[in-house]
Amino acid sequence: MSDVASHSVAYAAESPLTPESWGKLGMWVFLAGDAMMFGALLAGYGALRYGSLTWPVPAHVLGISLTAFMTFLLICSSVTMVKALEAIRMGKPERMRNFLLLTMLGGAIFLGLQAYEWNHLIHTGLGFSGNPWGGALFGTTFFIITGFHGMHVTGGVIYLGIVMLRGVGGHYSAARYQPVEVAGLYWHFVDLVWIMVFTFIYLL
Amino acid sequence: MATHSKAERHHPNYMAIFWWLLGLTIGEVIAVLLPLPRSMVVVLLVGFALSKATLVAMYFMHLRFERVPLGVIAVTPLILCVFLVLMLLPDLSTETQPSNVPTQKVIIQQK
Repeated sequence: MSDVASHSVAYAAESPLTPESWGKLGMWVFLAGDAMMFGALLAGYGALRYGSLTWPVPAHVLGISLTAFMTFLLICSSVTMVKALEAIRMGKPERMRNFLLLTMLGGAIFLGLQAYEWNHLIHTGLGFSGNPWGGALFGTTFFIITGFHGMHVTGGVIYLGIVMLRGVGGHYSAARYQPVEVAGLYWHFVDLVWIMVFTFIYLL
Repeated sequence: MATHSKAERHHPNYMAIFWWLLGLTIGEVIAVLLPLPRSMVVVLLVGFALSKATLVAMYFMHLRFERVPLGVIAVTPLILCVFLVLMLLPDLSTETQPSNVPTQKVIIQQK
């Protein structure tokens, strides 16, 4: 009887779809929905841009040197995130905490640079409903898409902060690292989306 | 006992992935700055972006070492987005041509 009970308990947290945790499966499903949201926004951006005869060249208006550096920052933060996961898998919570701190720092600097970029662009005339370069919806799409991504980065920094605090509290170990892996999935997704935003909003 | 995933057994060279991502990002910036034909720039940028996204998903998100169902979940939004763009294409093609021209012709013919 107790054997049956322990058997059911052992499998209670496992997905029938994969041997991974429910949390990992749930995060993948969430990310798929979120990816669809970003995909719809980018498709809408493409449709509006294609239909406009006066749409400005984004690289000329927005500038790409700062955003290329922001891309570099997010790539670096993805590396520190996988290093944090690697550390807790090896049973080194202190090392994991340090790498999570670096990841959060990368995200925080990214947000600071985005705030600086928005401030600069608003002062040069880029508004939510108009701008001096043409394409009335250029500013609208820019602020909605980069703002939506920025909200995800903000959420990610808070999420990683919670994971880090729980890690400091001894909640994770080499045998229980799945929550860190799930948080990492979210962070890498934010990086992946920025790769697309950088290309389609700034470069193309 | 829970089965261990392949990700636990595989340890990708994360620094190699980092250098690839950095190189592709630099390639994107160079593609924009070089005086290349617009169509070539578009193909290069989309190719670079998809390569970078694939590297992040496959190695940082460990999709390469996951089972097929998770891969199916990950690919589904991509397929839906392609479908969405295909559904938008008719609107895009009519957007560039004045849609009221045939209607005016019909009105003139009726008169």
